[in-house]
Amino acid sequence: MDHASSSAPGRVVLALEDVGKSFGAVAALRGARLELHAGEAHALVGENGAGKSTLVKILAGVHGPDTGRVLLDGQPVTLADPAAARAAGIAVIYQEPTLFPDLSVAENIFMGRQPLLPGRRIDRRTLARRCRELFDRLGVALDPDRPARGLSIADQQMVEIAKALSFDARVLVMDEPTATLSGVEVERLFAVARSLRDSGAAVLFISHRFDEVFDLCDRITVMRDGQWVSTDLARDLTVDQVVRRMVGREVSSLFPKVDVEPGDVVLEVRGLTTRGVFSDVSFDVRAGEIVALAGLVGAGRSEIVRAVFGVDTYDAGTVRVSGKALRKGDPAAAMAAGIALVPEDRRQQGLVMELSVERNATLTRRWQLARAGLLSSRAERAQAAEWSTRLQVKAGKLSDPVSTLSGGNQQKVVLAKWLSTEPRVLIVDEPTRGIDVGTKSEVHRLLSQLAAEGLAVVMVSSELPEVLGMADRVLVVSEGRLVDDIPRARADEDSVMLAATGQGAPSAGAAR
Amino acid sequence: MSAPATKSPAALPEELAAPERTGRRGSALVHRLFVVRELGILAALVLLVLVTVVANPRFLSGQNVRDLLLSAAILTVLAAGQTMVIVTRNVDLSVGSVLGLSAYATGTLLVVAPGTPVVVAVLAGTAVGAVCGLVNGLVVAAAGVPSLVVTLGTLYAFRGLDSLWASSADRLQINAADLPAGFKALGGARLLGVPVLFLVAVAVVLLVGWYLRTFRSGRELYGIGSAPEAARLSGIPVGRRVLTAFVVNGALAGLAGVLYAARFQTLDTTAGTGQELFVVAAAVVGGVAIFGGSGSVYGAALGALLLTTIGTALPQLGLDPFWRDAAVGALILAAIALDRALQLRLAARLRGRNARRDR
Repeated sequence: MDHASSSAPGRVVLALEDVGKSFGAVAALRGARLELHAGEAHALVGENGAGKSTLVKILAGVHGPDTGRVLLDGQPVTLADPAAARAAGIAVIYQEPTLFPDLSVAENIFMGRQPLLPGRRIDRRTLARRCRELFDRLGVALDPDRPARGLSIADQQMVEIAKALSFDARVLVMDEPTATLSGVEVERLFAVARSLRDSGAAVLFISHRFDEVFDLCDRITVMRDGQWVSTDLARDLTVDQVVRRMVGREVSSLFPKVDVEPGDVVLEVRGLTTRGVFSDVSFDVRAGEIVALAGLVGAGRSEIVRAVFGVDTYDAGTVRVSGKALRKGDPAAAMAAGIALVPEDRRQQGLVMELSVERNATLTRRWQLARAGLLSSRAERAQAAEWSTRLQVKAGKLSDPVSTLSGGNQQKVVLAKWLSTEPRVLIVDEPTRGIDVGTKSEVHRLLSQLAAEGLAVVMVSSELPEVLGMADRVLVVSEGRLVDDIPRARADEDSVMLAATGQGAPSAGAAR
Repeated sequence: MSAPATKSPAALPEELAAPERTGRRGSALVHRLFVVRELGILAALVLLVLVTVVANPRFLSGQNVRDLLLSAAILTVLAAGQTMVIVTRNVDLSVGSVLGLSAYATGTLLVVAPGTPVVVAVLAGTAVGAVCGLVNGLVVAAAGVPSLVVTLGTLYAFRGLDSLWASSADRLQINAADLPAGFKALGGARLLGVPVLFLVAVAVVLLVGWYLRTFRSGRELYGIGSAPEAARLSGIPVGRRVLTAFVVNGALAGLAGVLYAARFQTLDTTAGTGQELFVVAAAVVGGVAIFGGSGSVYGAALGALLLTTIGTALPQLGLDPFWRDAAVGALILAAIALDRALQLRLAARLRGRNARRDR
């Protein structure tokens, strides 16, 4: 069942053999495998964090593998940098468009490969003509001479596709290219991918949308936790089988969520909308409840909680805390009303890495701790010590810079910083990302304990086991909408995953 | 959310393949805005000259204009080089010191070997600058240190080297009397009534402008400044390009040092002090975005001309020279405000263009 090469249409163009790649202590890939045949469209699927994007970056020459080999036409190759990958005939369309905003669309497409006149001068006329030809082929109405700045995300993605198309790639890699495209644009993209495939190129397609995967692809490779799971002909598989292989693990009992009788509604979100990001998001969170926002990366979960907290403003809707409406785009008001947000990226947004543990832990309370406008070190230290003890922060000295702590302990300092404001609603965005397993369960124990003390907790998480283990209710976000509200009893990996990928039947009156 | 499955073969379905062709208006618009930007500086320049002429008709006398062009020449050469560095989202603050070092090196060469042909002297001064630029570029590109910090350091280091050299050679000042006549003639030379030094500056601007617009590596400099990560992903050799920009800028600062020596003919170790910020100001006033990616060398050259003209016009208007700094400051703020306004306008117009695409 794991190899289908006998019935594959062509020879192997590109292969990855037992590729491993680590970033610091985190192993993104361990024994990843992939075989792309000439003239096939091949799907690569897996959960968030399964290692798909790392694999793409290895193919693109952005990262070099720590272990294993990359084979091109059966010969081992080193893709030292993106230029080398491109020279090898590998074109990559990234999830996030990577354009030069100040340069024209045509220059973006042909950067470094502009057609030349004698004397190595750029032939601008041919450049514009070839750009128009590409756009005609893609059916896009864009002016080749306009700057890339101000293009909609979908148009940017079309420019990326034109770029990949422009250098007759032997291998076309598309990392979730359809997330921002409309139906017609997806169809155009697929038509192009099919014509490339039929002319003998290998197409690697990464997507969470199973209908597209099954529509376009001949074979499907499943990855989980950085490892290869299976490769099969698409026609031998069903969506259910693929989903089961993607999640394929036991929900561990690492997550000691204490059952709490929920109290009054504390946080009330109604019709929250930011055009183009998320729309009509409504939900309640009660005291003592942990509500998880689940969904795929890019579904809009972080954007929703940022809007609730007021870091970002929004176009429509209301946020109420204990019945009192919050002014939009005003984090200070949100804090005063009792909301705390522990952001996704603690290094960038949660901590001042160079400052000491105690300074960081008391940053949110610096005005209360100050006397006559001057901070008292003693008051800071007392407060920091109290919270560090409660959260069991393992630090050498409280005066050490936060950057010297481990990821898990850094996260505890961020929690301490926000818990010291005595919030009523705690929003945590990816609370355990990049944290080792032991500390992870400590963070979970802490969140559970806080909920038991009557805190309303909103948790954004891409890790399904964490969502299922911790949440009283799972709100599933897909493409900027709340598509499902699954109570703990009904939530399992399949139901959440299917809803997140747009496969689940939307339950009646979702998310109220 | 999903597209219906089409089982059509490779050919694009007819209804999808027919794009609605929109006019060239997008590019025309962008082009117009750039022209507006450069015409704006030109208009300010013309206005300034007109006002000054009304107050003092002798402002446009031949000698006065020639002096103005001579002063502008040096700043213009520096601004052309600086533009190359700034479009890559870097900055070179050491150019004033490089100018000083190169001027002193050229002077010393001519004092020690008075028979040196002028061309060799020019090349020598330029080479000194190129070496300085190489030092800057290597530290920035290879060590990945922000250019602001690196060139702030070399600003003092190169100046220190200059002083050290002058004191150890016991030649703290080089006077006109020490320099060979052939070289001094360069400072006053004219072609069809126009100072040769100014023609050199014009040639530099045209060359750099042509390079930036016409060659792949020139466009890549803009790409690097516009989106460094995208530049890396598209396989642009970012380090090498940035290094090149610094070397060329250093060479041009060296050339400016030679021009300085030819024009003033009295050289000490303070030559070019403080020029670096004036150069950056000229580029910014000329519409070169300080965060890289956009702006032209022609704009920067006009900026240099405008700043120089302000310096000479204000005394003619009977204003205290103190007002020069204030005027330059006001001009920088006005330029930034104008750039922002144009950018917002452009963004709004381009958004309108997206909206017509029915989604």
